[in-house]
Amino acid sequence: METNIKSILNNYPEGSADSLIPMLQDIQEHDGFLSKEAVIEVGKYLKMPASKIFGVATFYNQFRFTPLGKNHIQVCRGTACHVLGSATVLEEIEKNIGVKSGQTSRDGIFSLEVVACIGACGLAPVIAINGNFHAKVTGESIKEILENYRNQE
Amino acid sequence: MSKTTIIVGLGSCGLAAGAGKTYNEIERIKNTDKLDFELKKTSCIGMCFREPLVEIIDDSGTYLYGNVDVTKVDEILEKHIKNFSPIQEYIVKSDKFDSPDKDFFEGQVEIALRNCGHIDPESIEEYESKNGYAAIRKIANEKLKPEDVIQKVLDSGLRGRGGGGFATGMKWKFAYNNKAPQKYVICNADEGDPGAFMDRSLLEGDPHSILEGMIICGYSIGASEGYIYCRAEYPLAIKRLNIAIDKAREKGYLGKNIFGIENFNFDLKIKEGAGAFVCGEETALIASIEGERGMPRRRPPFPAESGLWKSPTNINNVETFANIPWIVFNGPEKYNQYGTEKSKGTKVFALTGKIKHGGLVEVPMGITIKEIIYKLGGGIQGGKKFKAVQLGGPSGGCIPEYLSHTPIDYDSVNATGAIMGSGGMVVMDETTCVVDIARFFLDFTQKESCGKCTFCRIGTKRMLEILTRITKGEGKDGDIETLEELSHSIKDSSLCGLGQTAPNPVLTTIKYFKDEYEAHIRDKKCPALKCKELITYDVIPENCTGCTVCAKGCPVNAISGERKQLHVIDHEICTRCGVCFTKCKFNAIKLS
Repeated sequence: METNIKSILNNYPEGSADSLIPMLQDIQEHDGFLSKEAVIEVGKYLKMPASKIFGVATFYNQFRFTPLGKNHIQVCRGTACHVLGSATVLEEIEKNIGVKSGQTSRDGIFSLEVVACIGACGLAPVIAINGNFHAKVTGESIKEILENYRNQE
Repeated sequence: MSKTTIIVGLGSCGLAAGAGKTYNEIERIKNTDKLDFELKKTSCIGMCFREPLVEIIDDSGTYLYGNVDVTKVDEILEKHIKNFSPIQEYIVKSDKFDSPDKDFFEGQVEIALRNCGHIDPESIEEYESKNGYAAIRKIANEKLKPEDVIQKVLDSGLRGRGGGGFATGMKWKFAYNNKAPQKYVICNADEGDPGAFMDRSLLEGDPHSILEGMIICGYSIGASEGYIYCRAEYPLAIKRLNIAIDKAREKGYLGKNIFGIENFNFDLKIKEGAGAFVCGEETALIASIEGERGMPRRRPPFPAESGLWKSPTNINNVETFANIPWIVFNGPEKYNQYGTEKSKGTKVFALTGKIKHGGLVEVPMGITIKEIIYKLGGGIQGGKKFKAVQLGGPSGGCIPEYLSHTPIDYDSVNATGAIMGSGGMVVMDETTCVVDIARFFLDFTQKESCGKCTFCRIGTKRMLEILTRITKGEGKDGDIETLEELSHSIKDSSLCGLGQTAPNPVLTTIKYFKDEYEAHIRDKKCPALKCKELITYDVIPENCTGCTVCAKGCPVNAISGERKQLHVIDHEICTRCGVCFTKCKFNAIKLS
């Protein structure tokens, strides 16, 4: 993994402070999360204390510090989705996969995340699994969707 | 005879509805049956409620087909393309005949959205064929000075479309007047307002118009570098922006001495946001670009004086930039013929919620809320009663039905206690609980508060606790007064817009729906039958046939009863999930 992080860091030869967030985004894109080792590595490269990097990374919702499951579920909790029942959908998913938002199921098949707004309000309630949108989801239809992903295993 | 063209809408909404599969199917049949037409892609057409959308343009006219899922493709190609007979029942818009959805488009004026859904956003040539990059060329050809361009923007009356409503021309003038060797232009594409997607649609549908707007701004204020700060949640928008920037660079529209204007250098970079609502505030956005925690700072100094890396910086919203080329090309007089005295031009709204025809609409300022909801939006879903409309997201407020004659302009909307905001318009019907909505927004702002100002950090938390108690039926006398007091303190003692506006959803709902708060607190009742702790499900004995569907569906086994016998719900066990209510085919479950 280390060589990969080095190759990501090398894309930012100027090593200035404003490359910090893009670097962390690239690492997360590659690893799925930010490991302690990766953060320390970035700190060495940018000559920045790791505490400062954690300070920046924890400020933003995008960054995760634990690995993802095989299928990453993002539930939109925007206003339009809320008005049309996304709370029920979220509840059903939590019940179905047995974890709360921000966690990964024990079998590692699903991880669950709540996002502010995907911007597909016209098709609310919306969820995305591995970046694929599912429109007008209900507490009922979500069961089938999750089952399909489960059966892919 | 010109060649027939088929255009598929492939914005995020369309893709979510399955437009990708529709496109592939059209392509497959085109190849196997060797059909002669040109297949093209475009982005958001605006009619979210009819996605996926496919437009066929042939010699006889234009035909927009709605709800084209994969199963309909074969039939449409067979009848329309092979046999030249359009299928009228699937068509939602055409220049040949009236369609039931024509009201959605009537009354709209496309300025910012002029190219959305009409061109392939990944093709710079298609943008140029629609007078793209003609505004900056006009500046070059007519040798307009920066002051002249700023004057045009001032004359147009354009005000910031991100929500604040500050005059765009004034902002540019401030940045122009501050002499410095380095200045910056930033496009704020951090559309964080949940329930809004105007900027996403613009970025996905017409990225070059944003680029051109920024180039013109760079020329006017004397900046050579620009940043587009875009939410990471919009991957398709970022992809299309990247393509647009690459193509503009290839053509020499970005770089050194561009458009033949001597010493005018301008280039652009994209910075991806990392998920923080507060970064929509300009000083927080700047901190985020600099690689810091996105926390706002005190203003003044304003960014026009000391912004990115302490240089003069002009920040505008996506929609504002999209308007600029049109204004410069067509002239400010043509722009300010639309709108009201103090709010000129048009505004894009994302019409969502319990509305029949949800989607993206661009309307002239001054149109009433009623017209948007009933004429363009076709009224409320399922024949329910219209209750309120939420404008401006977490910073805005709810406008009740009896004020729906309010015209949409900055001052009239502000007078109701809501704000224009960036353009999210969420429609609510009688089954939406306003206390729950206020709680929803407070939950959002409380999580998104950066924590710098004490009242915003702790005050929103306390307000959320009170609202949560009220929705659970544990409200106390005096709660409403405490909410109001906290609201005013938070407004007065927060540095940035997030804190200053966070109480708006609570204040407006208390102002217009105080009786609902009181029903929750005193009678422990939710008039909209939404708050779970305050409702009960019961079986209506006359209607129950004993089919056992509800008992089988109940996830907590709260329903008992033998086959063909009356069923009973145990309120102690019931979690009010509503499964029985949706599953019963005999209307035998009652909600009270």
